[in-house]
Amino acid sequence: MSQLSLERGLAAFRQELDAPAAAFFSSCVHCGLCAQACPFYVETGDPKYTPILKPEPLRLVWEREYTLWGRLKALLGLSEHVTDELLARWEELLYDSCTMCGRCSMVCPVGIDLQYLIRKTREGMVASGHVPEGLVGAASRAVRTGSPMGLQWKTLQVQITHVEKSTGLSVPIDREGADYMALLSSMEVINFPEYLGAITKIFAHAGISWTLSTDCFEATNAGVQIGSKDIAAELVQRVVDAAMKLGVKKVISPECGHAYTAIRWEGPNLIGRPYPFKVYHIIEVLEELRGAGRLRTEGKETDRLSMHDPCNLARKGGVIQQQRNLMELVSENFVDLKEHGRYQWCCGAGGGVSSNERAGELRMAAFRRKKAQIEEVAPERMVTMCATCRTQLEEGIEELNMDIPVVGLTEMIADHLVENGQPA
Amino acid sequence: MSDPMGFLLWTRGPMFVAAVSVFALGMALRLLEIFVLGRAPNYAEPRAGEWGPGLRTVLTRSLADSGTFRHAPFNVLVGWIWHIGFLIALLLFIPHIELIKSVLGLHWPGLRNPAVDAATVITVVALIAVLVHRLGHPVMQRISTLDDYLAWTVTFLPLVTGYIAYHRLVNPYPLALGMHILTAEIFLIVLPFTKLTHIFTAFIARWYNGAIFGRKGVES
Repeated sequence: MSQLSLERGLAAFRQELDAPAAAFFSSCVHCGLCAQACPFYVETGDPKYTPILKPEPLRLVWEREYTLWGRLKALLGLSEHVTDELLARWEELLYDSCTMCGRCSMVCPVGIDLQYLIRKTREGMVASGHVPEGLVGAASRAVRTGSPMGLQWKTLQVQITHVEKSTGLSVPIDREGADYMALLSSMEVINFPEYLGAITKIFAHAGISWTLSTDCFEATNAGVQIGSKDIAAELVQRVVDAAMKLGVKKVISPECGHAYTAIRWEGPNLIGRPYPFKVYHIIEVLEELRGAGRLRTEGKETDRLSMHDPCNLARKGGVIQQQRNLMELVSENFVDLKEHGRYQWCCGAGGGVSSNERAGELRMAAFRRKKAQIEEVAPERMVTMCATCRTQLEEGIEELNMDIPVVGLTEMIADHLVENGQPA
Repeated sequence: MSDPMGFLLWTRGPMFVAAVSVFALGMALRLLEIFVLGRAPNYAEPRAGEWGPGLRTVLTRSLADSGTFRHAPFNVLVGWIWHIGFLIALLLFIPHIELIKSVLGLHWPGLRNPAVDAATVITVVALIAVLVHRLGHPVMQRISTLDDYLAWTVTFLPLVTGYIAYHRLVNPYPLALGMHILTAEIFLIVLPFTKLTHIFTAFIARWYNGAIFGRKGVES
């Protein structure tokens, strides 16, 4: 890497430093408890995966340049420089072995929000060119084609046609003045096309005015995953432009965790202003419909079901009770995992890890924590509401020879709708 | 300062003023260094305010969640024991309260000497256990720095010298008491420049953590 790219990285670190970051770095007592909260450490036993080590490049810049004591240490040659070699070593720690799930942020006794620091550190990694190839590819496809998987509208159109044929309902496209604009994730379109059928049925059932946009259907944000505010802002702006063009009041983030963090919580800050519309996760929309009595369902699932809370939705997004209320609606034998909601364990695939091919082994190692959690309550099926989590659960379950199907909550709700007095 | 009484008077006089000054100025600088960095405005529509959840986390983060306790009972229990023991020895020993009263004008009831003595012994043992854990556990070995051992030493010494002075294990007494006061002063001088700053900044960090998550509707 050139001196120029290192300088860009250092400049990005400087730009990311703020009062919370300084308070967090000032407070670490090196107690090591964050390691016990991290599935990558817990399942590998390798101390290098201790979460507080991960934002070390950002901490070094902060100490050397933003504290008197650090400057004195630097003058005396007692502090480490952030170099390309150091950043290259840290790439694995920041990308392969961290999903930014935020579990460590929940347990740190001095209150360090570690995932906040790691998210910031990734900005410097991108600026200095220390990013896994898989993520660079996803981000560049997202900018170029609108989708991190290179999915184009014509592929989605095939799914739409299929949904319309199988349901007898129409999927509204570019309908100006609709109440809701629904976003999708490419992984969902490819791996779980049943989601689109499910929302089509549910919205028709509840009489919701909604639309897809041909200008922008992708909810995921490879810029947030990789740690590039520029790319992230560009992708958020596309959603904002599409929503404003159609004049919708509400935008729905699909069954995807990080898309919700990106569009609901980071988006307005990335573009530097509030939205002229509101953003909801599909689970929030369904819960609102349930609360208003607009979801008329019949029958309940009778097998033993448990649930995986996507980290971005629950711990980092505040959607925790809603999915449980919806489970209550359609399941009579639901059992929560022992540590769930804000303390739930990550599936191991979020934060860009699933797009990073070389992290495959670590991703499966981290999944073993989820496996242990699932085995504790021995469900017959798992339910979740994020396409990345669902793919990881399915792959992990398959690889570890468990016989537990995984279903999406939205489609489960759709399966129980009463349609014209008859079950759907 | 050449005789024990002179040494004691030095620790209670000029050295005390110097230590308190370094501590106060150093800590003020550290806090200033944090707050001048500021915070960007947050345009995402909040689910809740920041102050309430922030203050809540300031309190609740003192207790580990049950999962963390199960995963790391030693860290949680021993950490609690020595922090409480240290606070008892520091704040509930009657001569310490008298000192605080003379400097700040604030005072409160103390504990009987044998109770403080027992707390001191328990704290010393717990701190030794903490050190052994730091030296032996792979995670602790990997993340520990010189700062950790310095902070441990300056925390440990006032307890040991206090115990020695109280039990008159070193004579003459002015020398033992002077050593205790000096180690406490070293603690104060070192505090702003090591992880001991967490005594103050952990509350700020907890507040930010609670505020960041609380804004999104999550109790952290």
